[in-house]
Amino acid sequence: MLTDVIEFRIDRRSGVSTYMQIVQQVKQAMRLGLLHPGDRLPSAREVVEATAVNPNTVLKAYRELEREGLVEARRGLGTFVTKSLSSEATIGDDAPLRQELTGWMGRAQQGGLLVEDVDALYSAVRDEHYPAEERA
Amino acid sequence: MNPLTATAVGKRYRTRWAVRDCSFAIPEGKVVALVGPNGAGKSTLLRMAAGLVRPTTGELRTFDTPVNGRIHPDVSFLAQNRSLYRDLTVRELTRAVAAMNDRWSADRVREVLGLLAGVDYDAKVGTLSAGALTQVAIAMALGRLPRLLLLDEPLSDLDPLARDETLRIIMTEVADRGTTVVMSSHLLSDLREVCDHILLIDGGRVQVDGDIEEVLARHRILVGPVAEESTVEGTLVSATRTERQATLLLREARPAPEGWAGTEPDLESLVMGYLRASRERRSSA
Repeated sequence: MLTDVIEFRIDRRSGVSTYMQIVQQVKQAMRLGLLHPGDRLPSAREVVEATAVNPNTVLKAYRELEREGLVEARRGLGTFVTKSLSSEATIGDDAPLRQELTGWMGRAQQGGLLVEDVDALYSAVRDEHYPAEERA
Repeated sequence: MNPLTATAVGKRYRTRWAVRDCSFAIPEGKVVALVGPNGAGKSTLLRMAAGLVRPTTGELRTFDTPVNGRIHPDVSFLAQNRSLYRDLTVRELTRAVAAMNDRWSADRVREVLGLLAGVDYDAKVGTLSAGALTQVAIAMALGRLPRLLLLDEPLSDLDPLARDETLRIIMTEVADRGTTVVMSSHLLSDLREVCDHILLIDGGRVQVDGDIEEVLARHRILVGPVAEESTVEGTLVSATRTERQATLLLREARPAPEGWAGTEPDLESLVMGYLRASRERRSSA
């Protein structure tokens, strides 16, 4: 019996579709080094048991990840991670960019910014550098 | 082959049309949210699909066979009133329903009831809680090993835990057997996360029909100055306006013109937009 490597958290209030949340969470886990090539994603049945979402949505999210070349469905076995998204730049608590961001976040907090302010600033700067059209 | 199709289906009760000129085709394997306000015609539509009510006009087909006063063997229907024999125990009920069906899987029923936290087989059906009653009724529906499952308000009157358990039963069925599901609710929020296809009806008519992601991707909400509404291109579904600002729901919209902000709607705003438009059409008719 394979143990589950990751578990999806579906936020029903977020306004982001379940499908997109699953895609994003898999990518996030890959970036953070929690999912490695060879790891099996939870089966649709397992996700349904854990979160009562629609299995079609889970499969659709996996197809999208497969289309992007990140995972591979093996008939009768499941869906497996085939690529690594983690790098020196994102993995571990001591990654340089992460440290810079931690410092920034600390200054924001000391400066009395609320979480909404931080999110707004972060999104604004992110969108300047990564315009929405290019990300899609 | 579509599990369920409707062609110009209408149902008239005396002078009132409960369902009017409904046409749609449900693709196989979909989990369909049949949504609309109270009295929109959802139950009538499901009851017609189950062969309990005859349409006044048009035709419904399940698995390409006309529904003609009886339910198709591959279809199961959960009625809103959960009509079960209330004086029987759960065990007796299971035997009775088994005897009424040519194709029956006692294993499947046991399996479904086994997903629940302690269903008492010796309890009288009439003494079950609303949640347990619904779940037992769904277990009976699944015992027929349906390929199409019609559920009329499966989540109404359920507490959050029972709701979650019930959804788990239905979704597990989809994961295990690829069953097509059509479930109704007057609360979109009940179904939003578990459905991939929407059939919105109001005033007995189909307002929106399609894959939820595709439907959303075809629409835009544009916010901008009221005075410059004519610069916006696309099919206007509905609009709300203040003295200065217009909020428009558009289908097949062109990119937002200068001075307008465009976003993809969430399902709630889309549904509200269509219901508003349907209201306006009816009140001006």
